[in-house]
Amino acid sequence: MLQATPVKLKADSVKLNYYNDRTKRDLSVLDGIDFSVNEGELVSIVGPSGCGKSTFLAAVDGLIAIDGGRILIDEREVTKPGPDRGLVFQQDSLFPWRTVQRNVAYGLEIQKVLSKEEITARARKFVELVGLAGFEDSYPRELSGGMRQRVNIARALAVDPELLLLDEPFAALDAQTRELMQFELLRILDRAQKTGVFITHQIDEAIFLSNRVVVFSARPAKVKEIVEIDLPKERTLDLKHTPRFMEIFRHIWRLIEEESARMGLLRVH
Amino acid sequence: MTSVTEEREIPRPRKSEFAVYEFLVRHENALLGGFTMIVALLLWEAVVRLDLVNPLFTSSPSRIIATGYAMFADGSIYPHLAISGLELVVGYGLAIIVGVPLGILMGWHRRFNAAFDPIISALYATPRIALLPLIMIWFGIGLGSKFAIIFLSAVFPILINTTAGVQTVERDYIKVARSFGANDRQMFLTVAFPAAVPFLLTGLRLGLGHALIGIVVGEMYSAQAGVGYLISVAGATFQTDRVMFGIILIAAAGVILTNILRMIERRFDRWRPDNKL
Repeated sequence: MLQATPVKLKADSVKLNYYNDRTKRDLSVLDGIDFSVNEGELVSIVGPSGCGKSTFLAAVDGLIAIDGGRILIDEREVTKPGPDRGLVFQQDSLFPWRTVQRNVAYGLEIQKVLSKEEITARARKFVELVGLAGFEDSYPRELSGGMRQRVNIARALAVDPELLLLDEPFAALDAQTRELMQFELLRILDRAQKTGVFITHQIDEAIFLSNRVVVFSARPAKVKEIVEIDLPKERTLDLKHTPRFMEIFRHIWRLIEEESARMGLLRVH
Repeated sequence: MTSVTEEREIPRPRKSEFAVYEFLVRHENALLGGFTMIVALLLWEAVVRLDLVNPLFTSSPSRIIATGYAMFADGSIYPHLAISGLELVVGYGLAIIVGVPLGILMGWHRRFNAAFDPIISALYATPRIALLPLIMIWFGIGLGSKFAIIFLSAVFPILINTTAGVQTVERDYIKVARSFGANDRQMFLTVAFPAAVPFLLTGLRLGLGHALIGIVVGEMYSAQAGVGYLISVAGATFQTDRVMFGIILIAAAGVILTNILRMIERRFDRWRPDNKL
């Protein structure tokens, strides 16, 4: 850390409860999440299933209100969705009645900052950036899963957010497409110069994409460990087979295994 | 270069050789349907001509055509068409004006739905024909009662389909819109409405069928003019040719209008996830 990179996102002991209709009690989902993401970084969050990763991301986007602590973006507290964040949803959140071009233009149309011509031009630019030039007038159902996720990413990027939030964007893709999309994401983020928070179930995906991996504990989630990924910056497929990669993988896997076991014990209780 | 042209000339059959065959293949369904229809009409005509049945009861295609032609020629059909057309436009138009906005409100606002659903379900379950005596008392035997019965026939399919369309909007779409900071108006215009359009069109198509039934039933019950009235009076006086002609007019209107709506619906097929309903 020779030069201090500005902190883009800071989670400061974030707490969040869900009201459970059946038990009539509040269920603690997030129990003091603390970590920060520096500008230009891609940080992944992994953790046992159901630990509250997606809930945390929705809170960062401002879709869910938190019950304690603070979420800061550029030192401003998050209270509602805003143009400084772009959320990439899981598959099939594209509007089926809009073409690729108009899906990508959606956020800009809502914001009403740019003129019609500017919106068209800007949307076209991002369709090209994600490698879908020529598909502007196709509808989502006419595209493959991988192509749809490219549109999804382009839609989030088009509003020029400072922070890109990706909620398991590749979960529904087949293994091959998934690996391709991982490279694509790195390329796109690099070209667009964005900071990103990435949620995934795949440990290798998290390591491959990220500067750091935040491991969440079982619910109620805390940060169990933050793993620095000290791999070469140039990411290649071979990287996934290096001893160091494997070592990190095993380390994170053990952390998650511990947590999953703990959750299993809780269930028996 | 020459070899290419030579090769190209060898086995290519001329287009005309296949033209007839291609035409038959392409229009197979229409041709088969049309063929059956023509055979049936010819049989009908034949049994009448051969005196196997009494045309007083069955009429015959040629008689129906002659009657229809005569009614158009002397202009006696036009008042009936005008009246029934007016009834359809007003009754069905009112059903759209009321059904679509109310359906959208009921689909979008849970409380609104809770408030109106019992009344609407009860009215929908009631055969509208049972209401005719009341409607006649309230609106008289003139156009008013016809507008009312057609409106009541058509409004429920439109309303219920529109409600379903808005209600089944995927939660994720709403989340996306919220994430981009859409306000309520934008949410409605960019998510709820477009998602409901295919359902709405299906409702319009179903409503149209019900509206046509409303015309006939209303006019047969009591009226002074209209295609349904024509059918009813002709039936009472054993003019089967006129009855048949009236039925054909109603059926033709149904087929043409339904097909127009279907054409509009088809424009949405390109993005519709599935084409059921």
